[in-house]
Amino acid sequence: MASFTLAVNGATHTVDVDSSTPLLYVLRNDLDLKGPRFGCGLAQCGACTVLIDGVATRSCVTPISSVSGQITTLEGLAQGGQLDPLQQAWIDEQVPQCGYCQNGQLLTARALLNTNPNPTDAEIRQGMEGVLCRCMSYYRIHSAIKRAARVSTATFIDATATGGKS
Amino acid sequence: MSNKLPAGLQLPQEVESAIRSVNPATTRRGFLKASGALFISAGLSATPAGRAIAQAAAASSGPYPHPDYHQLDTWIVIHPDNTATFFVGKTDGGQGTGTAFRQMMCDELDIPYASTRLVMGSTDTTPDQGGSGGSDGVEVDGWPMRYAAAEARRTLLELASARLNTPVAELSATNGTITITADPSRTITYAELLGGQRFDVMLDGRNINSTRGVADVKAVQDLRVIGQSIPRYDIPAKVDASLTFAVDVKLPGMVHARNVRPPLAGASLQNVDEASVSAMPGFVAVVREGNYLAVVFEREEQAINGARALTTQWTPPAQSPFPASQDLFTYIRSQSATSSNQATVVGDPDAAFAAAAQTVEADYDVPFQGHTAIGPAHALADPSDGQMTIYSNDMKSYGLRLGVARFLDMPEDRVRVVYMDGPQVYGRTAADDVGFEAAYLANRLGRPVRVQWMRDEETAWDTKGPAYAFKLRGALDAAGNPIAIEYDARALDYNHVGYNDPDTVLIAQLMGRRPAQPGRGGAATPSVQYGIANQRYSAHVVSLPMIWETPLRCGNLRDPNGPQVTYAFESFIDEMAAAANADPVQFRLDMIANSSEDDAFRKARSLATVQAAADAYGWETRPSPNPMQRSTSGASISSGRGIAYTYRSGTVVATIAEVEVNHDTGRVFVKRLVCAHDCGLVINPTGLQYTVECGMLHGLSRALWEEVQFDTEKVTSVDWATHPTMRHSDTPESIEVVIVNGDPNPDRPDLPHYGAGEASHKPMIAAIANAVFDATGVRLRRVPFRSARVLEALRGET
Repeated sequence: MASFTLAVNGATHTVDVDSSTPLLYVLRNDLDLKGPRFGCGLAQCGACTVLIDGVATRSCVTPISSVSGQITTLEGLAQGGQLDPLQQAWIDEQVPQCGYCQNGQLLTARALLNTNPNPTDAEIRQGMEGVLCRCMSYYRIHSAIKRAARVSTATFIDATATGGKS
Repeated sequence: MSNKLPAGLQLPQEVESAIRSVNPATTRRGFLKASGALFISAGLSATPAGRAIAQAAAASSGPYPHPDYHQLDTWIVIHPDNTATFFVGKTDGGQGTGTAFRQMMCDELDIPYASTRLVMGSTDTTPDQGGSGGSDGVEVDGWPMRYAAAEARRTLLELASARLNTPVAELSATNGTITITADPSRTITYAELLGGQRFDVMLDGRNINSTRGVADVKAVQDLRVIGQSIPRYDIPAKVDASLTFAVDVKLPGMVHARNVRPPLAGASLQNVDEASVSAMPGFVAVVREGNYLAVVFEREEQAINGARALTTQWTPPAQSPFPASQDLFTYIRSQSATSSNQATVVGDPDAAFAAAAQTVEADYDVPFQGHTAIGPAHALADPSDGQMTIYSNDMKSYGLRLGVARFLDMPEDRVRVVYMDGPQVYGRTAADDVGFEAAYLANRLGRPVRVQWMRDEETAWDTKGPAYAFKLRGALDAAGNPIAIEYDARALDYNHVGYNDPDTVLIAQLMGRRPAQPGRGGAATPSVQYGIANQRYSAHVVSLPMIWETPLRCGNLRDPNGPQVTYAFESFIDEMAAAANADPVQFRLDMIANSSEDDAFRKARSLATVQAAADAYGWETRPSPNPMQRSTSGASISSGRGIAYTYRSGTVVATIAEVEVNHDTGRVFVKRLVCAHDCGLVINPTGLQYTVECGMLHGLSRALWEEVQFDTEKVTSVDWATHPTMRHSDTPESIEVVIVNGDPNPDRPDLPHYGAGEASHKPMIAAIANAVFDATGVRLRRVPFRSARVLEALRGET
């Protein structure tokens, strides 16, 4: 056992666990977060995805000892009580069926838009390729990412037009 | 027995106050026993009460009698703030049935949708409607909900009549308020009449599906909430991580278990070296009975490590449990049947074949396919207070309760299942198996035990849809008209397991429990409305060498036989159309037109549905195939379109797929899908559309990717690399869903509400196969259509 300090969703936590413990179980069982979920334990499906400094990371294969940086889980995606545009688009497009995989879909889409705010259809397919959904909500996910990109781009243009004082 | 709450699980204040507000004079337990309805909420907070459900459940000690469906109070509670809670014995796997149920009950009760909430599928708080299955939630179980709500409305009108001293006929009910029609200033709300009190009204009905009171349900033209595309209530909490899924529930003192499965199918456990793990941190126990083996640790990752580290010795079975998957269809065709359906014969097929101008013959093969849930099976069982509470996403929570009670030899009312959201539940999933395992371990250890399967366990050991081998023959006359068809199916389905059967769940099998008889299994015939003068349908069940303790257990998988049967039959209809040099849509329309109408108007609705699909697609009338390769970005591509049609129960569906086939790689890309869908009265058009979409894409995944593979000892497709599924890149560029009302009588407002969870899934494999034929002239007779197999077919190697 060893002590590790994590920065998660803007707060700092210290946990005492074995150094090989995957980040997933610390987030779920020590910090009581529900966003990241176990899907495969093999980094194959994406259900366990978290953002570490904005980069989509598979927490099921990430030992706690290797983690540094700001961790964002689905719980931390909304800012100041405002849903992320992707979350709002997910609601507007009624994306989830069962919802189990949507943590990974949303956070991977957030990481995609962080680097490419206006992805083409091909870039969406490529960027999301490694995140699986067994209810097959893919078509709705693509619609929602495009919707969020439109909204975010429009907000950016508005902000530019008002000198950034929106 | 104690009502004391576990530490950290205080009942939320709003729950407690709601419970008290119902009847301050009685205790919560008293109220529960009286009505069966546990209040879990007051007011209408935005999120579903996942955590509140878990907390309230943990706080309520047993026993847990069955809520009585004859009591109106079991179904509906009116709160003092003029809102209502509905209690239904169904579950929602994410298809929006919960929202649909609320709409149906709101309409009958005349209360705004936003003023209601719904509690589903927990055995001690909701009436036993059997949970989910067969896509019949809206079709069958919606009726008692509607009748109960209609009776509640009638009761409220009676109460208002007395209070307002006005005959019921002179009152109107809208938005939770009753008004004297002639004097709209005189009103009384439902809450003023009944808020916090019981209806105390008994309903009739020999069984729950026939539940009804005095009141009739509304006529279709009077429905207002039904037919609206109300957004699903469960979605916001699924995108902000506030929903507590079954996988998220934690209890004080809870420990984590992981199973250790036989490394070879049918292997016997000779020896377990507990010392190999007992010194590991967090060790609690190694539990063994027969060939069932699990490790239990304080922490989840410790349990995972412990399961991997445990030293065991297994003896392989005396004979191979099954042939290797590449030899499966030879095996199926060579086996004698364990049972056969009595053949259905129309006309004189033998004479028709003898007189035919042309005959067509073809074989088709479909492998085992699994559920392979994205979230491996999981459950948490709590043995506190001499009861057994299981937190589960099992879609048949009532069956899980009964099965576990029998398995543990406990009275049924001391077992309850708290239903919570979870990963996809398209039939008999491993949620059944793991629920029993958690309960067994909790019973042995006397502590709450949470179990989750690992990825390889889920993919290898969940139940499978049966593999099929088909042979079809068809006869055409000189003009190309179909005059005879012969269908023969062989399903590898012997010992098909039921839901939550205490003798056939995996733990029971591994412990050596056996039912008196293995499951007979079944083989199905097509569901089409084709008028062909001479027909013969036969179907047989065959068995694997080993039927117990095998990972190749058949159980219901979404539309259990439909995708296989429809793939073979609708592929063959396409082959007959090609032999007749006929357009595939027209060929089908002509055969449907030659059929007889039935009581669900399937003939008229099939004609309307096939035509609607063709119209929406912009179908060009011509025979298939029409292979024309073109070069796109250096690749040789050809495009084609294919149709498949079927019905499932009362729902009629026709799907057109447009594909691109890459002749260099063999990749099939489904570019466009059009589905025409007639399920009668539509409760929520947008919810229906998206469920139809996802059902189609699940079929696409089964068409292109999914196959259980095995050698002669074990399943070898065990993760997402060895058992691929559809991915983002396989998503069609365009999906259109056309909602059809094909009722032939324009004066009838609408047909009943039929189901929609499985119908669009059913014709998908066939539509894609037919489109590939149109594009290439090559018929794919073996599922799935992965690139290597398609390439072989294109090169004439199969």
